[in-house]
Amino acid sequence: MHSGGIPWLTLLLLIPLAGAVAMYFVTESTARWIALAATLADLFVALPLWWLFDPQTSQMQFTEHVVWITAPPIYYSLGLDGISVPLVLMTAGIMPLCVLASWTAITTRVQSFMAMLLIMETAMIGVFVALDFVLFYVFWEAMLIPMYLLIGVWGGPNRLYAAIKFFLYTLAGSVLLLVAIFALYFYGGHTFDILALSQGTYPASLQMWLFLAFFAAFAVKVPMFPFHTWLPDAHVEAPTAGSVILASILLKMGTYGFLRFSLPMLPDASHAFTPMMVGLSIIAIIYGAYMALAQVDLKKLIAYSSVSHMGFVTLGIFVLNQQGIEGAVLQMVNHGITTGALFLCVGMIYERTHSRLIADNVGLASPMPQYATLLMIFALSSLGLPGTNSFVGEFLVLIGTFLWSKVATAFASLGIILAAAYILWMVQRVVFGVPLPHQLPKLKDLNKRELATLVPLALLVFWIGLFPNPLVSKMHQSVNNVIASMARTKVAPTAQPSAGEAAPLLAGSTEPLKTEELSR
Amino acid sequence: MSLYGTDLLALLPELIIVVTACLVIALDPITPASRRDLLAWLSLGSLALCLGLTMGQIGVLNIRVSAFSDLVVVDAYARFWKVLLYGVTGLTILLSLPYLKAERIHLGEYYGFILLSLSGMMVMVSGADLLTIYLGTELMSLSLYVMTGLNRSKPRSLEAAAKYFVLGAFSSGILLYGISLLYGMAGSTKLASIAAAIGTHGANDPLLLIAVILVAVGFSFKLAAVPFHMWTPDVYEGAPTSVTAFMAVAAKAASFAAFMRVFVEGLGGLKADWSLLFLLIALVTLVLGNLIAIVQTNIKRMLAYSSIAHAGYALIGFVAAGRATGASGGTPGLASVMIYLALYSFMTLGAFAVIGMLRKGGIEGEEIEDFTGLAKRQPLAAFLMLLFMASLAGIPPTAGFIGKFYVFMAAVESGLAWLAAIALIFAAVSAYYYMRVVMVMYMREPDPSSIAPRLVTSPALSFVLAFAVAGVILLGLFPDPLVSFALQSVLTLK
Repeated sequence: MHSGGIPWLTLLLLIPLAGAVAMYFVTESTARWIALAATLADLFVALPLWWLFDPQTSQMQFTEHVVWITAPPIYYSLGLDGISVPLVLMTAGIMPLCVLASWTAITTRVQSFMAMLLIMETAMIGVFVALDFVLFYVFWEAMLIPMYLLIGVWGGPNRLYAAIKFFLYTLAGSVLLLVAIFALYFYGGHTFDILALSQGTYPASLQMWLFLAFFAAFAVKVPMFPFHTWLPDAHVEAPTAGSVILASILLKMGTYGFLRFSLPMLPDASHAFTPMMVGLSIIAIIYGAYMALAQVDLKKLIAYSSVSHMGFVTLGIFVLNQQGIEGAVLQMVNHGITTGALFLCVGMIYERTHSRLIADNVGLASPMPQYATLLMIFALSSLGLPGTNSFVGEFLVLIGTFLWSKVATAFASLGIILAAAYILWMVQRVVFGVPLPHQLPKLKDLNKRELATLVPLALLVFWIGLFPNPLVSKMHQSVNNVIASMARTKVAPTAQPSAGEAAPLLAGSTEPLKTEELSR
Repeated sequence: MSLYGTDLLALLPELIIVVTACLVIALDPITPASRRDLLAWLSLGSLALCLGLTMGQIGVLNIRVSAFSDLVVVDAYARFWKVLLYGVTGLTILLSLPYLKAERIHLGEYYGFILLSLSGMMVMVSGADLLTIYLGTELMSLSLYVMTGLNRSKPRSLEAAAKYFVLGAFSSGILLYGISLLYGMAGSTKLASIAAAIGTHGANDPLLLIAVILVAVGFSFKLAAVPFHMWTPDVYEGAPTSVTAFMAVAAKAASFAAFMRVFVEGLGGLKADWSLLFLLIALVTLVLGNLIAIVQTNIKRMLAYSSIAHAGYALIGFVAAGRATGASGGTPGLASVMIYLALYSFMTLGAFAVIGMLRKGGIEGEEIEDFTGLAKRQPLAAFLMLLFMASLAGIPPTAGFIGKFYVFMAAVESGLAWLAAIALIFAAVSAYYYMRVVMVMYMREPDPSSIAPRLVTSPALSFVLAFAVAGVILLGLFPDPLVSFALQSVLTLK
């Protein structure tokens, strides 16, 4: 599985980290270039994986396996499959754009800012490639502090509140994950290996508790209704690059977690919780869209649209069929591209007018034609226009949902209609209104750097929209593998071989989880 | 010599420390004030010598040497703690050098007391007899009382010393009462005899339970576990910061060491009873410690409550050991406490080192607000403090995470998943007050009219900080050496 002996994934993790360390020694202007170089280098290391990846197998590829801690056995274990390949590529692709977007927007403590971005990149890629549960958890949590600082130091006026809210929400969600990891370790044959744990069978009642613990961690990150309240605050206050990272990559970790852990490890519980998950997803879709309709702040509008769009992703995952899950993974990438691009657009207009309010940024079509065109493209992609990327993803998800329940599909489709409403209304005002006279002198069209940030994403919008197959075919086998691993335990339901052992752990675990649920 | 030769040899490190302590106190009056540094270096030299001796013994690991007819024992368990204590004491002395000078209380006898306190701790971790352990505790505490009141010009320092002394003496009395009851039952104060007596006697004697409770209360005072924690905030706040660091780290480690030995080796037969008792204590300790820490504005007080909470986490590992049912017995739980306290030492020392040397126009910056804007003026100092705070909150990849990892893993293994879940939720709560320090440093603009705080650096302080941060990062990333050291050392605990 080693491709030519090159430790691709370790390189992916180390390059940004090295860049972050270098920030300590450089001046502000070189910091920007080093950050750009590091993120681009990472992208160039990531790109070959697209061609080297073998879509014919569901096996992990580019694996690395080194002992990290001996007692208990924890490994520095990395690998990619069809689900993580698109996400890693997306992360590597988005990060240079984040650096570009911060080029002139960030003027204070540039070195630290870039260092935080680069540490984030390492941690985020780490989450997608880790094959050891503890390693995963380390990357998962390591993101908290850099993101906290990104929001809190370089954010908007209400950044302190938004930063600590983000921090505490995600931390509180993920601490229970650690308990679940330990429980899996002791029931799953004393290993933290994610693949081995995915093979194991666990007593049904244990699965329920573990599912809830996983849910606490992943649902906050997605964020699923009703755990989404940190998201609008964090998005609005974060600097552009922070919003892009949050929307494009961080949110995907939650859905990735569901897909990588909840489904294969806890199939019975996943089946049992399907109605709840689908219900919450549909609430998120509709509620997010309604909230987006009411927003006057562009960033908040996109933030709520994220809640709605991520609802499609969780919906696709939990209808538990091939179309749904493939649509969900595709939609994860699409949302990363489209919403990331929309946040970049908002950042650019904010740099000009210093306002994110729709009312202050109207009628951009005539003074800024290039900007208006690109904004249109991403807006239409966001509402799922055929020919753009989101259409394919949402369509697959809806097909998957249709196989599961027609009523659910009808409700979910409502989200698309609402999306058309809030997006088109926003576009109508921002692009086609009459520009405010006092704003006009500020409205210069995009410069080369900004074009370089947006155009690649616009190309991706159409490429995935028109030719989704290269991407979807990459994930076929791995998605099949997830579904097969769920079917496997369904065929042989656990006859509770370890029910006796389970007793103390379960008896004990009732109380805190209940209180946890109540405290939500 | 011939009679006690081997016995004295076993206690050679303790003897060296005591002799050096006396030497320091004797030399103090004849040392000119400008050359008092030499006394610190002399103390450090004795520590290095002892470290060499103890490390040399690690080669012959798992040998258990009893001395003075089983009053003390030198085993791998004791060696683990001794190595930790030497390190902590050495760092405290280095930290004290610039701190005491800045506070203008650079007194020679300080180093004598710190060494005397250390010798008490060493006796505690090596004690195999309740009275030996008691003597060690007293030696440790009496020296600490004096050190707490060292800053004679500050009323708070004196108040702290008085409070500490009264409550400490009170708790010693309770401990002693418990010991006397145990003696009445077993006819001996040796841990082995008590264990044997419990074995033949059965565990149902109500007097025995009262004795266990009294001993537990006595130790809980020393560990600063709720509800016996009241002295901690006042004493931590009032004492000179270098002494606070020493108390928070060394005194806590030594108390845990002795406490675990007493309850495992002596009272192991009553596991079922005391594990329930300590489960409750651990729970209220970490809940209250974390909740009260949130509202503190003085950073030393905040760290006092945080240290209470950390004692709660460490106790969870101990409870897990008492409740263990698996083949490995209590080993993972006990080892997790050792790992936890060792890692806790690094981050706490680092944090106190920063606090002690953060000066606001010559005065120590003790309020959390005093850290305002530190990241702009001294990015490196702020970054180090960020790392220590993240580690105290248990965020990976720092050492604090590894400590929590082992403790909670042991808890889940012993069927205490619910306890681990509660504790982890409160660890998330604790992140709030640790991150507030980060917030103040990084996200607040300093008030231009006020005096800017500065971290006054010196070579000794830099060394302490470098050592602490290396521990926080390296042991967070590569905990294997520490973990295997702890796992091997704990095996001699019977």
